[in-house]
Amino acid sequence: MTVRIYVPIDSVALSLGADEVAGAIQIEAIQRGIDIQLVRNSSRGMLWLETLVEVETEQGRFAYGPVNPQDVKSLFDADFIRLGEHPLFHGAVDEIPYLKRQQRLTFARAGITDPQSITDYVQYGGYVGLQNALTMDAETIVDCITQSGLRGRGGAAFPTGIKWKTVLDSESEQKYVVCNADEGDSGTFSDRMIMEGDPFMLIEGITIAALAVNATEGYIYVRSEYPHAYASLKQAINTAVDKAYLGENILGSGKTFNLNMRKAAGAYVCGEETAMLESIEGKRGIVRAKPPLPAIQGLFAKPTVINNVISLATVPVIFSQGADFYRDYGMGRSRGTLPVQLAGNIRHGGLVEIAFGITLRELIEDFGGNTESGRALRAVQVGGPLGAYLCDSQLDVRMDCEALQQVGGSLGHGGIVVFDDTVDMAQQAKFSMQFCEIESCGKCTPCRLGATRGVEVMDNIISGHNVQQQTLLLKDLCSTMLDGSLCAMGGMTPFPVLSALKNFPEDFNLKSVPEAG
Amino acid sequence: MLKKDFDNAAILPLITEFEGVPGALLPILHRIQETLGYIPQQAVGCVAEFLNLSRAEVHGVISFYQHFRQHACGKHILEVCKAEACQSRGGRELDAHVREQLKCDFNETTTDGKITLEAVYCLGLCATGPSIAIDGKPYSRVNEQRFKQLLEQMS
Ligand SMILES: Cc1cc2nc3c(=O)[nH]c(=O)nc-3n(C[C@H](O)[C@H](O)[C@H](O)COP(=O)(O)O)c2cc1C
Ligand code: SF4
Ligand code: FES
Repeated sequence: MTVRIYVPIDSVALSLGADEVAGAIQIEAIQRGIDIQLVRNSSRGMLWLETLVEVETEQGRFAYGPVNPQDVKSLFDADFIRLGEHPLFHGAVDEIPYLKRQQRLTFARAGITDPQSITDYVQYGGYVGLQNALTMDAETIVDCITQSGLRGRGGAAFPTGIKWKTVLDSESEQKYVVCNADEGDSGTFSDRMIMEGDPFMLIEGITIAALAVNATEGYIYVRSEYPHAYASLKQAINTAVDKAYLGENILGSGKTFNLNMRKAAGAYVCGEETAMLESIEGKRGIVRAKPPLPAIQGLFAKPTVINNVISLATVPVIFSQGADFYRDYGMGRSRGTLPVQLAGNIRHGGLVEIAFGITLRELIEDFGGNTESGRALRAVQVGGPLGAYLCDSQLDVRMDCEALQQVGGSLGHGGIVVFDDTVDMAQQAKFSMQFCEIESCGKCTPCRLGATRGVEVMDNIISGHNVQQQTLLLKDLCSTMLDGSLCAMGGMTPFPVLSALKNFPEDFNLKSVPEAG
Repeated sequence: MLKKDFDNAAILPLITEFEGVPGALLPILHRIQETLGYIPQQAVGCVAEFLNLSRAEVHGVISFYQHFRQHACGKHILEVCKAEACQSRGGRELDAHVREQLKCDFNETTTDGKITLEAVYCLGLCATGPSIAIDGKPYSRVNEQRFKQLLEQMS
């Protein structure tokens, strides 16, 4: 009997030797005359276990990990295809607590299917949402998204329904849907996992968005640092066109939607939506002043829906299960689930999709198992490079946009980066300024010059020059950036800097932080 | 390092395949760089003419984006992640180690022309860093020993 064995094709698995593991399994099986079928699946998101090899049995799928190429021989020696004893054995995949305790709606298929198999996708609930949406008129589709309470997952948490309604109500012969797949925040990888691991879901979500606003053309703007995600999406788009899920006369409905891809070119600021539009138009990624809103004058000056990958990838489940089903998860104004990314110095790093409202501490301690180094946790950066550095006493905050704002933080794209007690927070603050200096689009002075001055001031503080006076200068500089920047690049860089200063003054050669006079 | 010259005959076919594509400048520049390894000076004029832009505009776009190279690069591109999540897992130490081993800094090429070193701000491998990419292929959990092995495998 043929035994099916799964080896993930996600970039994290590849970066840890998954191709070599897959190759070794095949060779070993041939040499031992064992009949196997090797499937390259997506990742379950338990990244500390990658490369996670799964064996399918009548009792379900069983896990071995992390498997290195040199472990393969011993797996066969242990007769792992019949679930033989092995130190890397983790039992039934579905019973692993890390997975079992999650509420996977957007990541429902993660690790289960072959990303490029549209048959798998449909078999596991794919394209039900689109079928449903095709029976609705545009207003009803927009109402459904509004009902679901979905807010953008790209950082600004803007209600998706309001955005779609604005585009629907804008009269124009040509409208666009643009998917923001620039995922530049350190500590985030959920967009990448969707593009590599479940590309048809994203394509389906974008198609529903197009139906909602009567757009006939769409673009996915993928960062150049994600070559595997780009290739995966490209292949999936071709398949979707072949099978009439994209292009002219979608599933016989008479509707047309063409989806194009664009590759970014290494500028973080092009994740800002208007800079992204400039970039797609073939220009430098300079942020546009608003108004006009992109929903009214966006790509090529036409009304444009712009949404993050996770926002759009969540649309299909809302249309297959219903708006109320989705809205019943979550807390306060943050409805539904959040794909949290546990990153940095954490023992069990990976993807945790769970309803809004879980505390940061539960995520880091219960799911993450604390630091990987085993040392004490010192700082946690939430929400990417523009997010605050929180300290241990702040970890009881709930994952919810408003709750995080109250402690001076921001949710961003849901990335959580853990640092142990070897971190130097003055160096981290300096890095935030350096990053802003490198990535500023240059349009406004507070950001462009402020960041350069910020690096100098941090250098002075680190070398112990005039620390009190330089700290006041740093605060002053930060308030100019906060107030005078056109976008969040300059406007939020002060968050990590000031939070590092406030929560960790001892790293700035200070006993206490001086008050501005 | 190799000093290559390209004539328009090598560049033009890379450009003309984008006839009619809206906002074609970035796709064209990617195509040129994927084929030639960088965007040679001669290409700027060809691209400008094809898209009805000034040379200054094309040049402005190339220089805005960190991904685009204006000079020939080494045989391999080594990207090292310098972003926060990798920093928390030893990325700063790896960064220093790599520069010391290669005896070159970021945006430079080793004297034997083998490796061009570039900084990257996140490869999306943030739970298993420090992360690098060699010619676009990702590697994570890169410590000094793993880096040594990878270096030896590069021909
Ligand atoms: C400097 C900067 C970088 C950004 N980077 C991204 C990004 O990489 N991906 C993303 O989806 N949104 C990013 N955003 C937010 C976008 O401007 C925009 O709010 C988002 O794409 C809208 O989609 P959503 O409503 O689905 O979140 C960034 C914003 C700023 C200011
Ligand atoms: S804040 Fe910085 S990145 Fe944003 S528009 Fe101004 S200069 Fe550009
Ligand atoms: S921070 Fe290095 S891969 Fe994300």
